[in-house]
Amino acid sequence: MSTPRQPRSPSVRPRLAVFKFASCDGCQLSLLDCEDELLAVAGAVDIAYFLEATSRIEPGPYDVALVEGSITTPHDADRIQEVRRQSKYLITIGACATAGGIQSLKNWADHEEFLQCVYARPEFISTLATSTAIADYVPVDFELRGCPINRHQLVETIGALVHRRRPRTPRHSVCLDCKRRGTVCVEVAQGIPCLGPITHTGCGAICPSYDRGCYGCFGPAAQPNCNALTDHYAVTGSSHEQLVPLLRNFNAAAPEFQAAGDRLASASSTEGQT
Amino acid sequence: MTAAAESTLNSETFLPRDGLQKLISHLSGDGFTVIGPKVDQGAIVYDEIENADELPRGWTDRQEPGRYRLERREDDAYFGFVVGPHSWKRFLFPPRATVATADRTENGWEMATPDEPAPRYAFLGVRACEIAAMKIQDRIFTGGSYVDPVYQRRRESAFIIAVNCTTAAATCFCVSMNTGPRCGSGFDLALTEIAEGFVIEVGSDAGSELLARLPVTPATDEQLSHADDERQQAVNQIQRTLNTDGIRDLLLNNLEHPQWSDVAKRCLSCTNCTMVCPTCFCSTVTEVSDLTGDHVERQRQWDSCFNIDFSYMNGGIVRDDVRSRYRQWLTHKLASWHDQFDSSGCVGCGRCITWCPTGIDLTAEVAAIRNAPRAKASVATETVTPQEGSA
Repeated sequence: MSTPRQPRSPSVRPRLAVFKFASCDGCQLSLLDCEDELLAVAGAVDIAYFLEATSRIEPGPYDVALVEGSITTPHDADRIQEVRRQSKYLITIGACATAGGIQSLKNWADHEEFLQCVYARPEFISTLATSTAIADYVPVDFELRGCPINRHQLVETIGALVHRRRPRTPRHSVCLDCKRRGTVCVEVAQGIPCLGPITHTGCGAICPSYDRGCYGCFGPAAQPNCNALTDHYAVTGSSHEQLVPLLRNFNAAAPEFQAAGDRLASASSTEGQT
Repeated sequence: MTAAAESTLNSETFLPRDGLQKLISHLSGDGFTVIGPKVDQGAIVYDEIENADELPRGWTDRQEPGRYRLERREDDAYFGFVVGPHSWKRFLFPPRATVATADRTENGWEMATPDEPAPRYAFLGVRACEIAAMKIQDRIFTGGSYVDPVYQRRRESAFIIAVNCTTAAATCFCVSMNTGPRCGSGFDLALTEIAEGFVIEVGSDAGSELLARLPVTPATDEQLSHADDERQQAVNQIQRTLNTDGIRDLLLNNLEHPQWSDVAKRCLSCTNCTMVCPTCFCSTVTEVSDLTGDHVERQRQWDSCFNIDFSYMNGGIVRDDVRSRYRQWLTHKLASWHDQFDSSGCVGCGRCITWCPTGIDLTAEVAAIRNAPRAKASVATETVTPQEGSA
């Protein structure tokens, strides 16, 4: 080819905003962690609001809002309504935004008691009793799972928005990824309780490749049979004291994990009474 | 066993233990990538090997439903184990493959098919059930009008060194499926390990040519007798059975059997059984573009009938619960596979039993249906459309 080819301008260059709620910032940092693809991402979208990256703030409305974090305060419960109003597509990113995050462990405790323990002047703190997903407050157009999210999935989702197609983010179990990459099952070969069979794909099956069980950081896979798995682990030597914290983790408040964890916890307490 | 294979039995030779390294070295020297068993991640897997020292010498595997453990043998046998989590499928039908690419140019789209030279594999340690699995996949990928080039190129150049089993796992049932434990055909060389070395049968001209370069001697009557004993030991150890009498009609006449709901309570629909199965061949093909949209790859990956979206068709998902997905897998594997490929899809290797996280045993599921078939008059098979569409 004699003449250099002009890069094709994308059909749309969406205005992107990134919002943070109760979270650690790790997921939005995935955007800056795109390394080889960072310049391509920056070229594909118009970053209009992203405090982690730039102090330049452009007003809404935005084509796409990436929302990180869970709702834990009355103020945030109001703020997410405004984000929703300003955003054409609202995409939640990460376990906090999609399931309430690790901080949802407070849903099982007395948050007033926490306030008394942690803060010198708890009366200045205005907080909700629960940490829950963004989707509990506003309609969400798309979810990216994970703690943190997978940057390849983030780039895939941005690419899908630019080219106006559906993002390719499958919802099967982690097991399929282990098998594709040749990782030997840590549960069958080593007896390590692993949540892989009921956990949503997306991470690339990292933990089992380092001889540890999946701890479900991408949340429940589609139609997870949590009870069959935990009953099997209970029979093969895992105690409820091990299994309940395994389920009540970064996605503790994801409905299927919550139900499975509560079921085991209630079985334990019933046993304790007898 | 065919007459041709029978005649080779008269010319069995003996290779001393230290000759195994020469075998591997000759294959490497001939340009083959030698794949063999080795201990990794708490199991015996198939991986690239260069030295006989890398083989799982002195190791064996203890298997039961949902459980696999490595154990030390009392001797230092090279092949004193059965089959592990991997199968040769992953080398012939790779888990991921790019089947086409497209680049946007000034003159429109430029389409291409990757034309990399296929790896030339020598498989060391292929068991009888695994040869049977290869023959099944040969029919799937190369038997019909549409030949899979990725599989075909790898398969045609592969050199097969079979190993007759001298032990069996609690999950093995090759005898029921008529696939083993002895290798009858489909190999270049077949080894039976005895204490002092290997008794070797030749299965092809290529095998014969390689054997001529090895320090072999004609097998003595005593060596042949030891080899017989070792092989018989495997036969004696196989306890698990699957009654295949009329199995196609049995399953297809019992599509509403309560056992499907029972197994659905235990099944995780996690895909492990299909991934470890040496004959399961389902894949998904997706078009993957980069951010610019100027470069697109058509990628094929292993997929499974246990995935909900695998049965997505225009209008919705066909098999939207675990019951229907497990039933689809088992009835395809053991029943409608006969209609589609003229054989069972199961070779009795037992992998799906061992590597199921909750230990579901297909032989027990079939037995439960056989022992209590539906009380009502059975559904005529003609009214049941076999679900062969999973291919």
